[in-house]
Amino acid sequence: MLFKSHGGVHPNDKKAPANEAEITTIPQPPQVVIPMSQHIGAPCTPLVAVGDEVKLGQKIGEAKAPVSAPIHASVSGKVVAIAPHLNNLGNMVTSVVIENDFKDTPAETMVPAPAEDLESPEKIAEIVREAGIVGMGGATFPTAFKITSGWGKVDTVIINGAECEPYITSDHRTMLEHPEELLKGIQLLMKACKVDKAYFGIELNKKFALDLLNFKGAKEMGIEIVPLKCQYPQGAEKTLIKTITGREVPPGGLPSNVGCSVFNTFTAYSVYRACYEGWPAIERVVTVSGSAIAEPKNVKVRVGTSMQWVFEQTGGFAKEPWKIIMGGPMMGMAQYDLEVPCGKGTASLLAFSDDEDKTVADPVCIRCGQCIDGCPMNLQPIYMYMYQQKGDVEMLQKLNIMDCVECGSCSYICPGRLHLTHAFKTGKAMVQAHQAALKAKEEAEKAKAAEAAEKKEDK
Amino acid sequence: MNEERKLIVSSSPHIRTPRGTQQIMLDVIIALMPALVAAVIFFGIKPLIVTAVSVVSCVVFEIGYRKLLKKNASYMDLSAVVTGILLAYCLPYTFPWWAVIIGAFFSIVLVKQLFGGIGKNIWNPALAGRAFLLISYAVRMTTWAPARFQHIDAATSATPLASLHAGQLVPGGMNALWDMLIGNIGGCIGEVSALALLIGGAWLVYRKVISLRIPVFYVGTVAMLTLIFSRGNNHIMWMLQNVLSGGLLLGAIFMATDYCTSPVTPKGQIIFGVGCGLLTVLIRYFGGYPEGVSFAILIMNCCTWLIDQHTAPRRFGVVKGKKKEGAKE
Repeated sequence: MLFKSHGGVHPNDKKAPANEAEITTIPQPPQVVIPMSQHIGAPCTPLVAVGDEVKLGQKIGEAKAPVSAPIHASVSGKVVAIAPHLNNLGNMVTSVVIENDFKDTPAETMVPAPAEDLESPEKIAEIVREAGIVGMGGATFPTAFKITSGWGKVDTVIINGAECEPYITSDHRTMLEHPEELLKGIQLLMKACKVDKAYFGIELNKKFALDLLNFKGAKEMGIEIVPLKCQYPQGAEKTLIKTITGREVPPGGLPSNVGCSVFNTFTAYSVYRACYEGWPAIERVVTVSGSAIAEPKNVKVRVGTSMQWVFEQTGGFAKEPWKIIMGGPMMGMAQYDLEVPCGKGTASLLAFSDDEDKTVADPVCIRCGQCIDGCPMNLQPIYMYMYQQKGDVEMLQKLNIMDCVECGSCSYICPGRLHLTHAFKTGKAMVQAHQAALKAKEEAEKAKAAEAAEKKEDK
Repeated sequence: MNEERKLIVSSSPHIRTPRGTQQIMLDVIIALMPALVAAVIFFGIKPLIVTAVSVVSCVVFEIGYRKLLKKNASYMDLSAVVTGILLAYCLPYTFPWWAVIIGAFFSIVLVKQLFGGIGKNIWNPALAGRAFLLISYAVRMTTWAPARFQHIDAATSATPLASLHAGQLVPGGMNALWDMLIGNIGGCIGEVSALALLIGGAWLVYRKVISLRIPVFYVGTVAMLTLIFSRGNNHIMWMLQNVLSGGLLLGAIFMATDYCTSPVTPKGQIIFGVGCGLLTVLIRYFGGYPEGVSFAILIMNCCTWLIDQHTAPRRFGVVKGKKKEGAKE
């Protein structure tokens, strides 16, 4: 319309088939492959050796760096290999392979935290770190570090229940089936962040969950349930903060710059499980859906289970898959090997048949400007694309390409089928390389000047 | 990999809107149909023939050019059909068919394809074609036959615009206004029925093909200016006749909103609309031609790039007034 605020596209949410599917358990795989890096930050070093017996929930990987999260065994059994294995990002990552003994013998550490510990922010943050909890929405930023680094700056906790990506229903089902646990988890996060106000943003296509959480006494706990308009990317961190608080995170900044801390729904639920049940982050509810799937489902999947196993145990493919995606259809990663294991942040596995194919041989921009209307970051994808194709790094910087959150809205809406998001991912890398080169050059010159000065002094 | 399976790996997003360029062009074609129906009602079968000749020749030139130069097959996008219809719409229905073909050649080959085809041309092809024909065949382009049910005798069947250009209101009061609204007046094929154009515009807005910014600011500017600087004693009537006559609505809804030749930024679109309105009124008041829409839009087309450069949307996270640099660049 005339003065419509910026941003957002409206893809068909395709959640209907999986919305009604209760969370079920699938048989455990005979073997799990647990990558030692399932988070942003320092990778873990294995704490076990080949041949060791491990128990369920036993810590098997750790890093000393503050931005990191330990890794736990998701089944009990025997370590059969520690070797590089393909992960969801297409990298080879050191992984611990455990042969399942199907006994689920729990580790001694899997006990609820003492009640008095749950009163202290420091103690909760410690439990969260030890449980290896990361941003479960897919960003996988270590939650404990987010909590502790926000102390003194954060006055508002926001829980992201937008689940704005099409197909995914795992958070929705968690809200419906574990509302009380979820609210308790949010309470713990509020305590840990030292704030007494939390907003729980949920898109209106989850009306029942909204009502249920209100009915379970969210308000009395200081948690305000905020109904959100269904619009992608409503759940993008910066967009969510803007929608709920009206604050805008500055370019290159973090939510804590505007006093906010954002946690995913499943992260809050994981915090509950860690504190009240002693369960580390070894299980995730995964939505299995897509046009090539026989029957969309929501299933509990142990970390390290291969995609192949999950697809097999949920009824397999109805049609020949053309594209397999780990994560949502807008931001998820396409996979080429079904042996890739599910991780802590895997909210969905999607299989599309080739009727989803909309690529064309010659993408042509018709200057419709819908990419500008759709960009949540107020960027101008049409011009960014032009300069990216020319390799003009300086213009790309002028157009603030680094602000791009890679949400995919521009590509989605583009009638000319241009590969915009892809171009911006490479464009950002170009800018980073350019900046690094400039910095290196500057340093080299400095070193040279220093050397020259030294020589002068010698004389 | 335990099975032979070909999987596509590409960057996200993995889903795309069902609406491609072709669907958008189809929506524009649908939106243009009411005006054609009105033209047939008021002018008979001839407008249909002119339109058909224009569309066919535009499509033939488009396909021919791209095939001849071995360019990609972008002619499948129906944009040449839209150009063909629009070109015909700004011609009088008495215009000879061979001249229509010349106009189509100018529009498609010289204005559109030589600049690189869809998305790359600077001027609206249909309007540039019309401007070319207007200069080349001035008399034929400004000879109007009356509409079928027009009350005035054929000898004085000037278009409402001609009378306005002379500084006189079209006589007949509300009846004249009603005729202008439904299209019972002399004029170009597609411009006579304001009502049909508004219906088409509503369809485009409903289908989100165009935003309201350009049409509203264009027509709004013309309305404001003609109201303030009205000639004659009935200011409102002067304004309404100016808005409903000539190619204003056709231009504002279908030509000025042409994706390729108008700004893409929201602020830029508003400036573009206001600029078109201003120029239209200036030409109508002080120019040699009674109609200023096509030249106004063509002139503003030249400014599109410039406008876009200076109307970038506000950067997210940077509040106006206190320009804070980001935590890290």
